[in-house]
Amino acid sequence: MVRESYTITKTLDHAATRTAQRPRLHRLDLELTERCNNNCLHCYLNRPANDHLARERELSTTQLQAILDEAATLGCLTLRFTGGEPLLRPDFAALYLHARRLGFRVSLSTNATLITPHLADLLARLPPLQPLDITVYGMTAGSYEAVSRVPGSFHRFWRGVNLLLQRGVALQPRFALLPPNASELQTFERWALSLPGVQRHPGIVLFLDLRARPESERSRELAALRCSPEEGVAVLARRGAAYQDEMRSFCARFSRPAGDFLFACGAGRESACLDACGNLQPCVQLRHPAALYNLVQAQPASPLRHAMTEFFPRMRQLRATNPDYLLRCARCFLKGLCDQCPAKSWMEHGTLDTPVEYLCAVAHAKARHLGLLAQGENAWQVEDWRERIENFSKKEQT
Amino acid sequence: MTTDLTLDGIYTPSENIVARLIEGEVMIVPLTAGIGESDEGLYTLNECGQAIWQQLDGRQSLRAVAAQLAAEYEAAEGEIEADVLGLARELLERGILAEVK
Repeated sequence: MVRESYTITKTLDHAATRTAQRPRLHRLDLELTERCNNNCLHCYLNRPANDHLARERELSTTQLQAILDEAATLGCLTLRFTGGEPLLRPDFAALYLHARRLGFRVSLSTNATLITPHLADLLARLPPLQPLDITVYGMTAGSYEAVSRVPGSFHRFWRGVNLLLQRGVALQPRFALLPPNASELQTFERWALSLPGVQRHPGIVLFLDLRARPESERSRELAALRCSPEEGVAVLARRGAAYQDEMRSFCARFSRPAGDFLFACGAGRESACLDACGNLQPCVQLRHPAALYNLVQAQPASPLRHAMTEFFPRMRQLRATNPDYLLRCARCFLKGLCDQCPAKSWMEHGTLDTPVEYLCAVAHAKARHLGLLAQGENAWQVEDWRERIENFSKKEQT
Repeated sequence: MTTDLTLDGIYTPSENIVARLIEGEVMIVPLTAGIGESDEGLYTLNECGQAIWQQLDGRQSLRAVAAQLAAEYEAAEGEIEADVLGLARELLERGILAEVK
């Protein structure tokens, strides 16, 4: 009997590899460089484009291609080029071509200021298969360059975006919401939602991270830029019923006490990040020495496989020992609303298991907004949390 | 494009795709724009399609592919030929397969 169809069309989120037999590595983030041609107020890295030491530490084209080759043999399907600004690498096009020819779906996180006609042509001819992740720092030259701190960057951003749009390259912009551009969020959203192919509501960089490697002075400056938890929740809640509905579904799935295992996400299990110097990290933000596996210096013939099958599984067994964490985070039912994780603890405190007060305050503000907590309540002391989540999740969808 | 598809034709995976075997599943990843229905879709093959795909090597005709499969599977030859033609037609329409001239 002739079958109706022999092929099955899938989007990445529904690829069988996510549900059936998982590959050793599903997603790899490649931080090609820590350098950037912008100098953004809120950046957690900020290495100048002409930082020669940082450049010397970067992996060579050949090293990166060998790592891509091994990632492909492990079944990795999704690759993200990130940075710094990945387009600062003169070999970006070669690496992109290598990745696409290996059959990766490629995501690119960029500020778009270094997009050239040649590169835009390449991205149109060999599409990355995922919209380009472009961060927008303002909708006017004044606000944009108050964030990027580079004169002329606003013009270069629009030139890059227009080169891509003229060729039909799909974009998924996100907005870095900061004091200089705080009044421009609506303008940004109207523009982003008007772009062809944009389906998701554009993302917002809202609750800022501190430095990727603990640096007290810059981290203090970053902390001063943070919005208050209540201001942040007001931004999230601007979408009204849509936000409430998303949270109902989210809380039903994820809200429960975290326990003392430190790793609750997929970091180091199905995904990993390679930093610019060759260190494999469980995620893009976790640079604690105990979590790094140097792929360049590693002895095994298949270092990526060894990291994913031996090193990270052992690391993921780590449990919290900090009494404050065990008293609060391990017992708190707001896990689904809170960004507390080993990476955030590392960036904030240089440890893996220290509660991050800002994130705790944000999670509590979200929970109060959603009616899960009363003013003055601490979530880790709530005993009837199951009932609260159940009642909240059952509320009529709007 | 597919009106003259016959069992005597020889076909090979298009240069515009990359076929990957991930955990036992053939995953067809578009390389260039214009493969399939969108620029973000991936394709996999059902069990029957996967068995046929693995024989499409650019050297043997669809008739030879069907004969090879008939020797391996317990199914009527006519049914297998119909499956081989069906898959080849579908993949040609999607730009995943190319005829060897």
